[in-house]
Amino acid sequence: MFNLFLLQALNGVQFGILLFLVAAGLTLIFGIMDLINLAHGVLYMVGAYFAATFTALTGDFLLGLAIALPAALLFGLVLEFLIFRHLYERDHLDQVLATFGLILILNEGVKIVWGAAPMSVPIPELLSGSIPLIGPLQYPFYRVVIITAGLATAVGLWLLVNHTRVGMLLRAGAVNAPMVSALGVDIRRLFMLVFGFGAMLAGFAGAMVAPILSVEPGMGDGVLILTFVVIVIGGVGSVRGAFVAAILVGLVDTLGRTFGPIVLRAVMDPSAASQTGRTLAPMLIYILMAAVLFFRPSGLFPAKGAAA
Amino acid sequence: MSAGTSDVAISGAVPDVAPRRGGVLAGRGSALAAALIFAALAVLPPIASAIGDPFLVVTATRIVVFAIAALSLDLVLGYGAMVSFGHAAFVGLGAYAVAILSSHGIDDVLVQALAAIGACALFALVTGAISLRTKGVYFIMITLAFGQMAYFFMVSLSAYGGDDGLTLSARSTLFGLPVLAGDIPLFYASLAVLALAFLGLRALTLSRFGRVLRGTKENPVRMQAIGFRPFAFQLTAYVIAGALAGLAGVLLANQAEFVSPAYMSWQRSGELIVMVVLGGMGTLVGPIGGAIAFLLLEDWLALFSEHWKLGLGVLLVLLVLFTRGGIAGGVERLFGKARP
Repeated sequence: MFNLFLLQALNGVQFGILLFLVAAGLTLIFGIMDLINLAHGVLYMVGAYFAATFTALTGDFLLGLAIALPAALLFGLVLEFLIFRHLYERDHLDQVLATFGLILILNEGVKIVWGAAPMSVPIPELLSGSIPLIGPLQYPFYRVVIITAGLATAVGLWLLVNHTRVGMLLRAGAVNAPMVSALGVDIRRLFMLVFGFGAMLAGFAGAMVAPILSVEPGMGDGVLILTFVVIVIGGVGSVRGAFVAAILVGLVDTLGRTFGPIVLRAVMDPSAASQTGRTLAPMLIYILMAAVLFFRPSGLFPAKGAAA
Repeated sequence: MSAGTSDVAISGAVPDVAPRRGGVLAGRGSALAAALIFAALAVLPPIASAIGDPFLVVTATRIVVFAIAALSLDLVLGYGAMVSFGHAAFVGLGAYAVAILSSHGIDDVLVQALAAIGACALFALVTGAISLRTKGVYFIMITLAFGQMAYFFMVSLSAYGGDDGLTLSARSTLFGLPVLAGDIPLFYASLAVLALAFLGLRALTLSRFGRVLRGTKENPVRMQAIGFRPFAFQLTAYVIAGALAGLAGVLLANQAEFVSPAYMSWQRSGELIVMVVLGGMGTLVGPIGGAIAFLLLEDWLALFSEHWKLGLGVLLVLLVLFTRGGIAGGVERLFGKARP
């Protein structure tokens, strides 16, 4: 039982790390630009497709990843230039509609370019295999790599946000963007930077999961909703909140699916327990979100203080 | 505003005039436009049988059902200024009320409709009360998340079909009579619900309740300052809209004779928002026009290519970037300028 718990907890952390990579950029986009971007999930999908394509072209995953990242950044910047730039001044409803349209375009677009069939990316030789945990327990090495890469990115982001000039502007922007602009900062350039960087982080998450998930149209949609839950729990505009909430959501979702039925079996008969557990497990994170919001309507770490 | 006039506003004794904001379509023009649409729909079945295309009635029923759902969303979105991204969940819950009761042998449409309205009102009350504690992007994301919660609940509810959905053995009955068995009676029943819902919501939005709701949309702080609790009004609107969407779900289940979690997916919620905005929100008649336009556009684009969603997406983005106010906005610009 403990072994199972350890494995599932690691899976949960790995899932949470991925959610964090997608959520980190999006929470800044929400917080600093006050822009609701539904299309962030498709950026994750596009990142996965880029990784799959460039890996197939170069024959090497790491090289493919190295090309996919700037490609995702470029893709984000192009989208910013073509569409998002015109949405900053609009109300939330316009933003919802335009980015919803963008989801339709990109989901259908990848079908046209890459076909509707799922693509798979082999795990690179160097990163395959398992590493021993306790006793006979093994854990896939590639998942450890994902966790490590995610944690390294989180540390990098923390340094960037808390110890650089750009990070200072980001934090100031999340609290009061008009004031930052009034103080002479080119807020448009800051917006562009945040958007491109957020697109690259989402693309990075997509590229990292490409070898363990199937790369297919619509793969970003589910991630998008989970990312929203993460951002709402963590507090809009807070990278720290996104990290804590992402790990929390990853753990609750993964452990809930495995242990929900097991725990319920203690109080009801096995078939009813597994049925109830399977029904309740996917709802757990939403219940968690509702509970957090009930007590803290602006999330765990609100960037704008309690008033926002 | 002087103290005297705000006293009048609090007591609710404001003279019952057409709303000052909004143009032709918000006042009498709205009723006229709606009457024209309803009349055109009412003569559709005879025309369909005359030109020998009975499938037209099936398409029209689908359109009318989604028009009801879009109409209910307009109360939340257009009048309450709450960007709810989980409205399809209510449609789905209503549809499941029919399917689940029917699988237990309860086929009466009145019982099913009551169950659907009750379930949706309760779901709206609980999720609305939590969601309304927040504002702006939070509200959008939370309603979306609650919609997904309902979706995943149905997906994992394997006793009632789970992901595959549930096929109805027969359409609903009324007092044991299969009155909805034919496509044409079902169409007229749906149209009647749409017309009643339109009239009901029109009366509601013109009433004191509707004015408070609109006032909250314009300036929630001022409404609070003059003594209203916006929360209670917004939550009531949210519950009414949810219940009406559930009723649309009852009709949808009967039309398709099938329910599945796909009815509740967030893409459906997005499409409902598109219908409302495309038609012009805060006009009631606009969303009906929007539903007609959206579903016809969908069918029409699907004729050209399997990748019709691409065209829809491009159209949406262009619509947002280059136009304002949807179809109703266009009609208002067209006719509104002719008047002094």
